[in-house]
Amino acid sequence: MSDNPTNDRIQQEVDSSDVVLFMKGSPIFPQCGFSSTVVQVLTHVGVKFKGVDVLQDPQIREGIKQFSEWPTIPQLYVKGEFVGGCDIVREMFESGELATMFTDKGIDTEAAA
Amino acid sequence: MTTADKSTMADRIHEKLTAAFQPETLEVEDESWRHEGHSGARPGGETHFKVEIMCEAFAGKNRVARQREVYRALKDEMEGSIHALELSTRAPGE
Repeated sequence: MSDNPTNDRIQQEVDSSDVVLFMKGSPIFPQCGFSSTVVQVLTHVGVKFKGVDVLQDPQIREGIKQFSEWPTIPQLYVKGEFVGGCDIVREMFESGELATMFTDKGIDTEAAA
Repeated sequence: MTTADKSTMADRIHEKLTAAFQPETLEVEDESWRHEGHSGARPGGETHFKVEIMCEAFAGKNRVARQREVYRALKDEMEGSIHALELSTRAPGE
């Protein structure tokens, strides 16, 4: 535990699932086009992920920016590691790196044919 | 652009990135009009930008490191009116 309770809560979220997406809205109802894009990519790749809706929690919404040294949302974490935002996820999906990363980290994907 | 109050946000982004990275190529597009009426848009626009930048400084760095550097160079703007910045960061030869 650090002396920053928001960081501790963010760390708990990051650790709570293999794939965690900090986003605006929920995976079912994304509230922003960029969050929606990442949800679509993850769904297409077929990985299970946990969505954390930053709109429900102003402290996490601000705190995650410092936590990740990244000023925008969405933000994707895989096995505790920051992967990137919408552009990076999309680029990695298009190049095939995203699926490879999940496989390398031992995370199940059901390829949507 | 000769005076600050006449320059647009896109010009400012262009200037700051040019100063920070001396890029080989740099394109800054204001795409705010595509987001009118969406969350994050505001009257007057200047909220959504697309940047394509290629520079030597990115060689050997991963995507996260490259984008962090761009965000750092545009810290004031990111904390100001920019809602979204779509980024393509490449090194020469990529």
